[in-house]
Amino acid sequence: MLGDEAVALGALHAGLSGVYAYPGTPSTEITEYIQLHPLTRERNVHCTWSANEKTAMEAALGMSYAGKRALVCFKHVGLNVAADPFMGSAMTGANGGLVIASCDDPSMHSSQNEQDSRFYGAFAMMPVFEPSSQAEAYAMTRAAFDYSEKRGIPVLMRMTTRMSHSRAVVENGENIREQNSLHYPENQRQWVTLPVNARVRNRQLIKDYAQFEEDAAASPFNKLTDGKDRSLGIIACGIAYNYLMENFPDGCPYPVLKLSQYPFPRKLAEQLASWCKTILVMEEGQPMVEERLKGVYPSGITIKGRLDGSLPRDGELSPEAAREALGLPANKRFPASDVVAPRPPALCQGCGHRDFYTALNQVLKDYPGARVFGDIGCYTLGWMPPFNSLHTCVEMGASLTMAQGAAFSGTWPAVAVIGDSTFTHSGMTGLLDAVNDRADVTLCISDNLTTGMTGGQDSAGTGRIEAICEGLGVPKEHIRTIVPLPKNYPDMEKVIREEIEYHGVSVIVCRRECIQTLRRHAAKK
Amino acid sequence: MKQDIILAGVGGQGILSIATVIGAAALEQGLYLKQAEVHGMSQRGGDVQSHLRLSSEPIYSDLIPRGGASLIVSMEPMEALRYVPWLAPDGWIVTGITPLVNIPDYPDPEKVMAALHQFPHVVALDADAIAKGLNNPRGANMVLLGAMSTGLDILEPEHLREGIRRIFARKGEAVVEANLKAFDAGAAQHLEEA
Repeated sequence: MLGDEAVALGALHAGLSGVYAYPGTPSTEITEYIQLHPLTRERNVHCTWSANEKTAMEAALGMSYAGKRALVCFKHVGLNVAADPFMGSAMTGANGGLVIASCDDPSMHSSQNEQDSRFYGAFAMMPVFEPSSQAEAYAMTRAAFDYSEKRGIPVLMRMTTRMSHSRAVVENGENIREQNSLHYPENQRQWVTLPVNARVRNRQLIKDYAQFEEDAAASPFNKLTDGKDRSLGIIACGIAYNYLMENFPDGCPYPVLKLSQYPFPRKLAEQLASWCKTILVMEEGQPMVEERLKGVYPSGITIKGRLDGSLPRDGELSPEAAREALGLPANKRFPASDVVAPRPPALCQGCGHRDFYTALNQVLKDYPGARVFGDIGCYTLGWMPPFNSLHTCVEMGASLTMAQGAAFSGTWPAVAVIGDSTFTHSGMTGLLDAVNDRADVTLCISDNLTTGMTGGQDSAGTGRIEAICEGLGVPKEHIRTIVPLPKNYPDMEKVIREEIEYHGVSVIVCRRECIQTLRRHAAKK
Repeated sequence: MKQDIILAGVGGQGILSIATVIGAAALEQGLYLKQAEVHGMSQRGGDVQSHLRLSSEPIYSDLIPRGGASLIVSMEPMEALRYVPWLAPDGWIVTGITPLVNIPDYPDPEKVMAALHQFPHVVALDADAIAKGLNNPRGANMVLLGAMSTGLDILEPEHLREGIRRIFARKGEAVVEANLKAFDAGAAQHLEEA
């Protein structure tokens, strides 16, 4: 099974009562697996998609408060959206086991940055689990729920693309645990984070964090092994351990600290440094452990890793990057072919976003000052040829709010393009701002009735987009709905032109079902 | 014994089905398996690949090292070429020959084929035409699986056929039979070429 599926099954077998999540590559398959698993129906496990990562995190925290085991899943940037309740959950602590699976995407296969979720763990003073194999992902998820309840703290489960989206055999199914029954926390004060309570809790959390580090040093998932050649010591975090061992099929000659549970266990690192004067740190993502080590080790210890160039500073690790860092000769290989052309992803043939961009481009030919603010989803591909329609794309929901700021600064027309799922994820509050500001912006909601980019999950506002816009205060006559099809180009262009010419907030809902989900629905019939 | 395979194609061409069948066959034989897939944005018509590793010993890395793949199997000729840095010096390339042109700067197909044939072990077959000839146009991936099966020393062909039966069972007996035929046609083709 996939690493994502191993996390899902581990959670179900740990007596899960609910998963709360927003889709995002590479995390989506965790929730999808739970949705389809028979145990979910049998035990009435909550498994519908949340509107965004923040609401997901909060609902899961509520479930933990009520004594039950909850799982939260999102991609790494989703943790930014959920950061407020995430940080708060370290202050409340967990009652029922609470595990947050955050899936990082080093090399940015399907993301806008490379941020490393482990920093959030240290930031919140929360334990972090980082499995090195699919089998460990299953075992560690189960262990994470137990640990969360034992220490009264949520656990951050850090995954990366190759762990999430790679398959391996996972032995499973022993001692499937019952679900928790409803029970409330003993310490009620901790759940009301007024300063008078939070100060007390903060001091306790600092004490607990030292205990978490003790636990990490004793964890079966962290392993310090000696080697016959002490000229080099290696710290291998998460799946970096695999890239290390790949190069030593007969066993690694150097002492190795395999690291899968944090806070960073300084005790084990000091032990390693008592054997070796040169330490190579291999970690997927940003050089977090490498930076920490500088404060742990005395001078005279050489630290190698992503910061000194022994490993690439960015991008995901690979067996050959590990090989080079270990000073082993490169494998013989053929050079890359110069005949090959890049084949970037593109909007599907027949996709409604295509027809929308065609019409929008036609209208904007007459408005040389126009700027189009994009958002996160399939439609971001409208930046690429042949459309070249977008000027910006930053994060979920930024289209309309950026258009608003630019409009105030003199941009006209200021057009925002957002998908239906991204709109309900974090575009609605921005629309309220725009209405209150009487901003001169045109919001185009390219509604394909699904969360398309991640494979067609339910979208939170389906069927209610116009009603939501009206409720937020957009005048009814400036909420226009069009169907993006070539035969409708004249009508579409007329509507877009009229709403650009209206100097206030207008919304154009451009609605046609995603071609991928349409095919799937047709096949089912 | 181990075998590392790069499966390549364009999003939507069905390379994950090839991987699934091989995976089922590997489990049947009690082999260790790792299979890294591409999900998300690239699936929208971009280049996709899967690293598939089979071994009688435990496998560590989810990714195949460059220069380590004994087989590159591609639905499409340019995509086969994209991954040649992963090919072992004595490795095989098994590829369909029909270009999938969804980009404006797709290279001259003759140049692509010429570049491919510079490699020592290449089986190039018109998987699409063979599949169409069998009235199973969506079975080109199974033709390719058949073509690669004879070079797949680690797996018994009968286990692959069993894998096809298992994976396509829910689509009905007709689909299973059509895909088995496509598989056999591919296997026969490989013997001719090699």
